[in-house]
Amino acid sequence: MSHNFRHWPIIVILSIVSLPLIIMFTFQIIDTFTTHPIDSMIPDKITFEQFSFLWDEAETGRANIWEVTLNTFIFATTTAVVVCTVSMTTAYALSRLNFPFRRFFLGGLIILHAFPTVTLIIAIFLILQIIGLYDTLMGVIMVKAALELPFGIWIMKGFYDNVPWEIEMAGVQDGASRFTVWWKLVLPQVQPGIFALMIFSFLSGWSEFLLPQVLAPGNDAQVLSTYMTALIADDTKIDFALFKAVGMFYALPVIAIYLIFQNKLMNIYGGGTKG
Amino acid sequence: MQITLQNFTKTFDDVTVIEDMNLEVKDGEMLALLGPSGCGKSTTLFAICGIHRVNGGKILFGDSDVSDLPSQKRNVGVVFQSYALYPHMNAYENIAFPLKVRKDKPADIKRQVHEIAKLTHIEELLERKPGQLSGGQQQRVALARALVRKPDILLLDEPLANLDAKLRLEMRAEIRRIQLETGITAILVTHDQVEAMSMCDRIALMHDGKIVQLDKPSEMYDNPANKFVADFLGNPPITFLDAKHQGDLLVLPNGHEIKNTKLNAAIEMLQIGIRPECFGPQFGTGIKGVVKFIEKQGREELFDIELTDGSQLRSIQSSGSNLSIGDDIDWGLALDDLLLFDMQGDRL
Ligand SMILES: Nc1ncnc2c1ncn2[C@@H]1O[C@H](COP(=O)(O)OP(=O)(O)OP(=O)(O)O)[C@@H](O)[C@H]1O
Ligand SMILES: [Mg+2]
Repeated sequence: MSHNFRHWPIIVILSIVSLPLIIMFTFQIIDTFTTHPIDSMIPDKITFEQFSFLWDEAETGRANIWEVTLNTFIFATTTAVVVCTVSMTTAYALSRLNFPFRRFFLGGLIILHAFPTVTLIIAIFLILQIIGLYDTLMGVIMVKAALELPFGIWIMKGFYDNVPWEIEMAGVQDGASRFTVWWKLVLPQVQPGIFALMIFSFLSGWSEFLLPQVLAPGNDAQVLSTYMTALIADDTKIDFALFKAVGMFYALPVIAIYLIFQNKLMNIYGGGTKG
Repeated sequence: MQITLQNFTKTFDDVTVIEDMNLEVKDGEMLALLGPSGCGKSTTLFAICGIHRVNGGKILFGDSDVSDLPSQKRNVGVVFQSYALYPHMNAYENIAFPLKVRKDKPADIKRQVHEIAKLTHIEELLERKPGQLSGGQQQRVALARALVRKPDILLLDEPLANLDAKLRLEMRAEIRRIQLETGITAILVTHDQVEAMSMCDRIALMHDGKIVQLDKPSEMYDNPANKFVADFLGNPPITFLDAKHQGDLLVLPNGHEIKNTKLNAAIEMLQIGIRPECFGPQFGTGIKGVVKFIEKQGREELFDIELTDGSQLRSIQSSGSNLSIGDDIDWGLALDDLLLFDMQGDRL
């Protein structure tokens, strides 16, 4: 009892601060499943009507929601996979191998990480146009992965730095090649890092808005975030109920992933594993 | 397998850590590389196993030059100071790893792992992960992993440094037993003289990247080549007194005279090394002083004595004297066991 008692001021403060958030979430959920009279906030009827976009044929001019979802999924997954594979190998090299300009690369990495993406967008736009990847999912994926990489490499380097040097030497003494050592002995030590990075870059890809908006504005490469903007940009008839329902649909995977993997995600801040 | 280092030189960038080292380890022998921290023991070891490339000279295993052979092809088992067990594998998988890499048949792997586990007494621990093993057990697993491929050579880098005193004693005997049973040529790196003296056939004492003496443990203790060796070996350590050489007498700073007829008459000044066990009441009288400090070590007592002229001597005796700090003493020296060095520190 006394234990709880001492904590109540903190709990009260936290509750007050997070109240707006909670209200927003609650209304988001209530609103998407109910209807209410024009002049009132109080719901009068439960409905799944707003989710009809999931099964009804799309209106002309608007992309099918499932195609867009698939696009988003491909976008996020591919980005995550590319970021992970490249970070996994690059970070190892930066952490362990002695090659020319190593310090230069390390410095560059930090600068790139801190660099505001928006300032690059025009250059990227031009480059994509020139190489013909403008308005394709492929192009956006490449750009997104490239921009995520400094973060990924930096995080993974931290994990590799924590793996004792002797483990690799022992592996080499045991007769294993450098590649086997990396694959069989070092990677398992940094596996929590890879996992966390995978989820982070997936979520980051899932919620990316700016890049698809600018670099792939067409219907073919649309992702959920741009799909939602299209909904309200269509100012002849703004359908807020639909907008909220799509938002709900869009947020669900994120919430699910956070709930399932929250422990593992904490790892990325802990950095590394202990035997 | 015999190991030979010929003019082995190792540099890191501009710093020469080891220059022109020559060393021969006989087949089936266990040799200790002993020396103070930073003298280049680990560097030598890592050069032998191939982690470090040599910058000059040759390393031979038997008759074949392995200087340019990568680690994987040298067939050397190494136990690292931190054991370096693979944390994600259990003891069995750790020991089996070198065999898997070699692509042995699963049945063979199983048999060999169990054989070596029996030799190192870890059969009941094979299912455990390194994190679930005590220091001594991890050490055994590391040893088993190093030995399972039947390497030509076993290298141990301070394998006992992380263990407590009692376990260290046990593992000393254990490692020696296993080395004798397998008949493997082994090099043990250590900065603990007791370890080196009790476990090894011969000791190579290193100082600043050079081997200052290579000898059997007892020989090295009784017959140190120079002042550094005399100082490094022996616990409690030796003490030195400056002495004048006059005619056939050595005159100590306090005026005490020792008869000596063997020395070259040209030598005027020299240093006398006196081990603690060579100074005490059982050797007569003549050295007067005051007890400055008494350290009781259970079976024995260690005395710090200040002589009348201010120089210091140490003496170790079995417990039971009734001396206390400040008491005057008049003891003697074991004249046959004194070690004489010139002023540069070389043995006379
Ligand atoms: N990779 C390296 N780069 C530069 N200098 C090094 C490197 N490795 C070792 N040295 C230097 O070489 C010398 C010998 O090092 P080494 O590790 O062989 O010492 P050691 O005898 O094993 O000491 P300890 O008992 O402390 O382990 C030291 O002065 C050390 O600073
Ligand atoms: Mg060392």
